[in-house]
Amino acid sequence: MLSSITRRGILAIYAVIIIVPLTVVGFGSFKSTQELFAGPFSLPQSLSPGNYAEVIGGQDLGSSFMNSVIVTAISVPLTLFLASLAGYAVSRLKGFMSWAIFGFLVLGMAIPAQANMVPLYVLFGRLGLLDSLAGLVLANLVSTLPIAVFILGGFMRTLPKELYEASSIDGTGPWRTYVSIALPLSAPSIAAAAIFLFVIHWNELLYPLLFIQSPGNRTLPLALLSFQGEFQTDYPLLFAGVILASLPVVVAYVFLQRYFVAGITAGASKG
Amino acid sequence: MSTHTGLPAKRKAPGSPPDVNANKGRRRSPTRVNPALYLFPLPAVAVIAFFLVMPTLQAFQYALTDWNGFSAAFNYVGLDNFIRAFTNDSLFTNALMNNLKFVLLVVIAQTFFSLILALLLTKNSRGSVLLRALFFFPTILSSVSVAFIWKFIYDPNFGLANAVLGGVGLEALQSSYLGNDAQALYWVAVTQVWFHAGQMMVVYIAGLQAIPRELYEAAEMDGANKWQQFKSITWPFVAPATSIVVAYTTVQSFKAFDLILGIAGNPPKQSLDILSTRIYSTFANSEFGYAAAQSIIFMAMIALVTWLQRRLLRLTPKGE
Repeated sequence: MLSSITRRGILAIYAVIIIVPLTVVGFGSFKSTQELFAGPFSLPQSLSPGNYAEVIGGQDLGSSFMNSVIVTAISVPLTLFLASLAGYAVSRLKGFMSWAIFGFLVLGMAIPAQANMVPLYVLFGRLGLLDSLAGLVLANLVSTLPIAVFILGGFMRTLPKELYEASSIDGTGPWRTYVSIALPLSAPSIAAAAIFLFVIHWNELLYPLLFIQSPGNRTLPLALLSFQGEFQTDYPLLFAGVILASLPVVVAYVFLQRYFVAGITAGASKG
Repeated sequence: MSTHTGLPAKRKAPGSPPDVNANKGRRRSPTRVNPALYLFPLPAVAVIAFFLVMPTLQAFQYALTDWNGFSAAFNYVGLDNFIRAFTNDSLFTNALMNNLKFVLLVVIAQTFFSLILALLLTKNSRGSVLLRALFFFPTILSSVSVAFIWKFIYDPNFGLANAVLGGVGLEALQSSYLGNDAQALYWVAVTQVWFHAGQMMVVYIAGLQAIPRELYEAAEMDGANKWQQFKSITWPFVAPATSIVVAYTTVQSFKAFDLILGIAGNPPKQSLDILSTRIYSTFANSEFGYAAAQSIIFMAMIALVTWLQRRLLRLTPKGE
């Protein structure tokens, strides 16, 4: 519908708009402020890790990084586990109960996290979960369980029922069937959901902002946000923080790109 | 749903108890549900009931009080919090208007833009696949990271945008961007589109690739030009994708909390305050009851706008 030259032109301009800022940030993380302002597009004069040393050690982004790793490493598998259990049951139960359980779990997608932050804060306070990594794990679980059930349950419902019936004729219990049939067959959708959850949990800002008080319990996005006030225009330092916070997701994206697109699109097409 | 087609007679059988027409009647015992299966969804149901449904219901209760979050005593004030939000709180109405404007801008720009990109990258050539991966990339970054990148682009003194404009002799177009209260929201909308257009492009590509090629060949033989083909084949066929993109973008831009805090600071200045940041500020100010009322208005707004869009999209002609 557009001539080939127009098409190439639009695509090239948009590619530049994506690539240039990212390159400037990458180069800039090795520069001094003066060097960045003098030539934002130029290669850094040296690959001195000074900014990284400052953010990791001096500003303690290292421990925030570890906190993010701990929270995500627990909350993603936990969410997948609970969601796959529920999805499995929904795919095997029949009629009203199946529909009711699925509906109840998935309805939560309609409740934005910002809408119930006040009561959740009060509840977490009563349970002693404020200012703790355990609280962040639980908050991640609560906020993404509905969509995880939606993705996994939706997939498991398409598995042929005969497989389950065959195994129950053999006298295999539902747990064995879950482990040896439902989970392996759902591997593609579990991978997609895992990536989706990883991105969301790794980048989560609202709950840490609400719950965390001690600097030692900050996750990466919260630690980065607190940079903003302190280092208003020290962009090279901010950039080193940005690179550090994005590194795990970017590395995963390079190797698992197919699942990223599948997972994040499945998350989007909840309609 | 397609499994019904084999058993039309059984479906219609009047007065039959519901459990009799369970999928296949030939072997009763193996198809009977093992009661242990009801244990499987229990953890998920408990988590959702206790930490999502209950707090949401509680928000309605808090919304009717003047509770400050700490003292044991509070009063029921009826609908005062809601009345205050709409009639006596310029900060809230300002955030509401900003948010509606932001949603409108982003939905229009992002839907249009992601469709264009998808149209240009529908074919699975190696170049297209590579560019799709590139355009999708910003979506995986954290909002705070994206906010920092764009803070530098928009920096009035040292930023990329003004440097580029100055470099090509367009000094007249230079701006203070976020510093200019009349424009700031527009510039954040640009950032939001840069952030997520690639994600919505992928949704559109899936829709576009499902259109049978023969339709275009037939249309070409009938002498339809490219615009006519778009209008009567492509657009009606991607209508489902459009409604997904519009609905998702709406919710996403209502909730642009992280991006706003990252780009404008906490609390954001008035020209960049949206509903979610306003609720957070009210909460941080220990007005728990009032913050709860604001969150209910927030939920209602999302539901209302989503409903309006569904109606509007249904009005557009669907073609054959």
